[in-house]
Amino acid sequence: MKYMGDNTVAVAKGLSRVLACSMLCWLGSAMAVAGAALADGEMSEMQPTMRLISQPQYLNTVRAIFGPQMELNVRFAPLRRMEGMMALGAGQAIVTSGALDSLDRAAHLVAEQVVAPENRQFTIPCQPVATDVRNDACASQFIGSAGRLLYRRALTKTELHSLVELAGGSVGPAGDFYDGLELALVGMLLSPNFLFIQEHLESDPQRPGGWRLDAHSKASRLSLMLWASGPDTELIDAAESGVLHTDAGLQKQVERMLASRRLRDGVRSFFNDFLILEGYDNLTKDETIFPAFNSKVLVDAREQQLQLILDHLIQRDEDYRDLFTTRHTMLTANLAAVYGFPVSARPSEWVPYELAVDDERGGFLTQVGFLAQHAHPGRSSPTRRGKALREIMLCQHVPDAPPNVDFSALEDADGLPTARERLDVHNTDRTCRGCHAITDPIGLGLENFDGAGQFRKTEKGFLIDPAGTLDRVDFETAVELGSAVRDNPALTACLVQRVYTAAIGRPLLDGEEAEVIDPLLDRLDVEGYRWKDVLRAVTLSDAFFGVTLTPELTASTAKLAYQHED
Amino acid sequence: MFHKHKKLQRRQVLKGMLKGGAVAVGLPLLDVFLNTNGTAFASNAPLPSRFGTWFWGLGVDEAIFVPRTVGAGYDLTRQLSPLGELRKHVNVYTNFNVSTDGKPNLCHYTGWVALRSGIVPAARGDLPGQSLDIPIADMISGGTRFRSLELAATGVPRDSYSFRSADAINPPEISPLEFYKKIFGPEFQDPNSDTFTPDPRIMLRKSVLSGVVDEIKQVEGALGQADRQRLDYYLTSIRELETRLELQLQKPAPAPHCAVPDEPTELAKGLDVELVVERHRLMTDMLVMALACNQSRVFNMVCFDSFSAATRAGSERTHHILTHEEGVDPDTGLQPQSSWFVQRSMEEWAYFVGSLANMPEGDGSLLDNTLVYGHSDCRFAKTHSLDGIPMFTAGRLNGLVKTGLHIDGEGDAGTRLGYTIQRLFGVPLADWGQGSLRTSSPINEMLV
Repeated sequence: MKYMGDNTVAVAKGLSRVLACSMLCWLGSAMAVAGAALADGEMSEMQPTMRLISQPQYLNTVRAIFGPQMELNVRFAPLRRMEGMMALGAGQAIVTSGALDSLDRAAHLVAEQVVAPENRQFTIPCQPVATDVRNDACASQFIGSAGRLLYRRALTKTELHSLVELAGGSVGPAGDFYDGLELALVGMLLSPNFLFIQEHLESDPQRPGGWRLDAHSKASRLSLMLWASGPDTELIDAAESGVLHTDAGLQKQVERMLASRRLRDGVRSFFNDFLILEGYDNLTKDETIFPAFNSKVLVDAREQQLQLILDHLIQRDEDYRDLFTTRHTMLTANLAAVYGFPVSARPSEWVPYELAVDDERGGFLTQVGFLAQHAHPGRSSPTRRGKALREIMLCQHVPDAPPNVDFSALEDADGLPTARERLDVHNTDRTCRGCHAITDPIGLGLENFDGAGQFRKTEKGFLIDPAGTLDRVDFETAVELGSAVRDNPALTACLVQRVYTAAIGRPLLDGEEAEVIDPLLDRLDVEGYRWKDVLRAVTLSDAFFGVTLTPELTASTAKLAYQHED
Repeated sequence: MFHKHKKLQRRQVLKGMLKGGAVAVGLPLLDVFLNTNGTAFASNAPLPSRFGTWFWGLGVDEAIFVPRTVGAGYDLTRQLSPLGELRKHVNVYTNFNVSTDGKPNLCHYTGWVALRSGIVPAARGDLPGQSLDIPIADMISGGTRFRSLELAATGVPRDSYSFRSADAINPPEISPLEFYKKIFGPEFQDPNSDTFTPDPRIMLRKSVLSGVVDEIKQVEGALGQADRQRLDYYLTSIRELETRLELQLQKPAPAPHCAVPDEPTELAKGLDVELVVERHRLMTDMLVMALACNQSRVFNMVCFDSFSAATRAGSERTHHILTHEEGVDPDTGLQPQSSWFVQRSMEEWAYFVGSLANMPEGDGSLLDNTLVYGHSDCRFAKTHSLDGIPMFTAGRLNGLVKTGLHIDGEGDAGTRLGYTIQRLFGVPLADWGQGSLRTSSPINEMLV
């Protein structure tokens, strides 16, 4: 399919797939492409990052260490969304006093649960008989083992000693042995060594004079991307033994992690971020207009998007592109009522449902979870849906509305039959036309679904016409729109770019599209875009652990031995 | 009529104070802000005590908002009518502008960012400088449990206009119940209790934080400058938590009007106006009591956000959508449905001011020792106009601010109000803002 128009120039493939449609097709400008065509060796420095742990990473980590019963009824401060992902904002996040309040509450909540009498036998590796006296041996054992998983490396002697003293010093009138452990655990959970995922460098024996990420940093990058969690014991072992620096050792660990059930945690975390599902935090539907869309449906609608993706990418191991045409969906009894489907399920139970071949729905975009999120409380919104499709799925930027738009033509639009006629009004104004031409033609393709995602053939008694064009590909129905999205080159370029940047914790640098994303796309175009293949390609690529030093980093690198030589 | 740029009298304003004592400041204050010794307010007025912001989105309807008269005793227009008797506590500032100096007017964003930081943002998501409540909190929040309290009656976690940078936005409380627990939960110490028994575990918690500080210092040495700075912020936050714990080891000073309120029930999520109003009033009631109980001196309330998606039962369109799609009545010049939302915003502003005014303190009210800065993001949402963004102040700030005035900015920079407010709290600023918004001209009309 031709997607770049006549202005096609030789540019990095990954960026071109996105830009071709985001800029060239719409605005006719080739300027934005020029910057992407860099020669080899022009790539900027890839620096190690220091990322603030996200709430899913925090929860997954403590559950992996202390058990799935750990609850965290705390709301962390939202991270800034950069280049479409909060995962990148984590690399610049600052913990304000207000943000610390949440982290402090979380630390105490977790620590209380860990030392609770009913949990101790599972969470603490030793059980002293006398609890009113200090027991440094047991405290050391607990702090050493938990700390290694929390800090993502072994504690230094100094750190271990300080925490054992903290625990032991707390035994007395104010508390017992377990109270001491609780405090020590709070200390670890508030430590910068846990909350900030710091990457460190070491000299690279394969390249004299060169540097590389140390093995612990590599382990953290892997586990945060694949599991949205800190490394487990086996991965830390591999880091400490040096095996992770070998191709075979790295591959073995990646395969082990891809085969783990914890991969689902990574999928949830990534797509929660990628799909901007926090949009549901302030999403409501007017129940007088959409009586079927109650608060329970709202909760299920958010979760449906993740359930469908888990089913498609993990359970069925299908190609990501086919998510947009799949006839499978996931429903609860609450959601089924909105669909009008006969589904028998227990409350909160998710069941797979296969759509009929001639069903008006098909693919991710036609599910209630997506349709309801990108609509108004009382009606649908082709503009919002089109914008979401462009910006989220295709990584294309839709410009802000200009401030001086003349809305006078829209003022009498209520009398017009359907959204198509109302939005056609935008075409009468030059300032509106540019942006709405980007969003509306594809958003109108989903107009057979109202603001709550319910199917409808008509609006105000007039037949809805969902036909349109996505980047020169015509479609007649919402299902065909899904096919057009499935085959749009920007879809996979966007996914790979988001996966890669989320994994390394920073935006792409100049030239990185050509040197990193393009080869990944070349490989995956052949292999297909199954989730495990995407992750395997990214995590085993040379670029994934690549580091080039800036002068400042070179200077600071000399200080890095402090932790491991303690 | 007021005279712009009138030379301030020396005994008019104040010097910055901190923790009840005079503080040295890094930059020279305007002479007019000092008494002859430079150590106290010229008027010997009580110290400034509390500052807060109150925000509502999507502006007003100029024709039924702007009073026809300036100065004292302004007429209560239709959209100001909810103030009623509260007018005597409230100043209305109109005809102050935000010039973008050629930068784009980012709809429902540029206006509030500029009024909070003095700087026009270059792009959406850009938060230049810091919001003015930050330096004010630096001046007056010492000795209180919470440096500042952020609240979003919308219930949306990202609705906060208090920031140190784009990466350091102070997160708001979004649930009245959670806010209650934060203030009046187990760690609250009743200042009027006959007995005081410090919790021995507080010392242990402090020792935990000492260990965290040690680890921060150890880690810092291995970081680049930018990350070291981020960790410094974390260290500052830990220090503030330590200070809070330290306060819990001391018997709090009596607060005669402090009374623990009833625990609220959790409210449903949602942006139906009635729900937002209920949330706002619950939060306001608890905030006022938190101030009366000396828990904080700085607060930031978002009632309706700048892109307000507030809804009215049965209406397909949100407030924001209405501002653009609803026709203007040729006879009245109004958008009737949009105006309804504005009216509800003004009712909540009145509720907020009234709640502070109804809390007794000393010989007067809590409001008498407070300055609240209220504003929106634009004048008329339909056109996103940045000229004449409506602004308010409420409260006399210990007798340092005149109230009951309508002040016409005559097209001056809206940052003059933010500058004046910061100077009133002793923030050491020679000027404030950038480009056309840069000002060193306080609004003299509001100063006693």
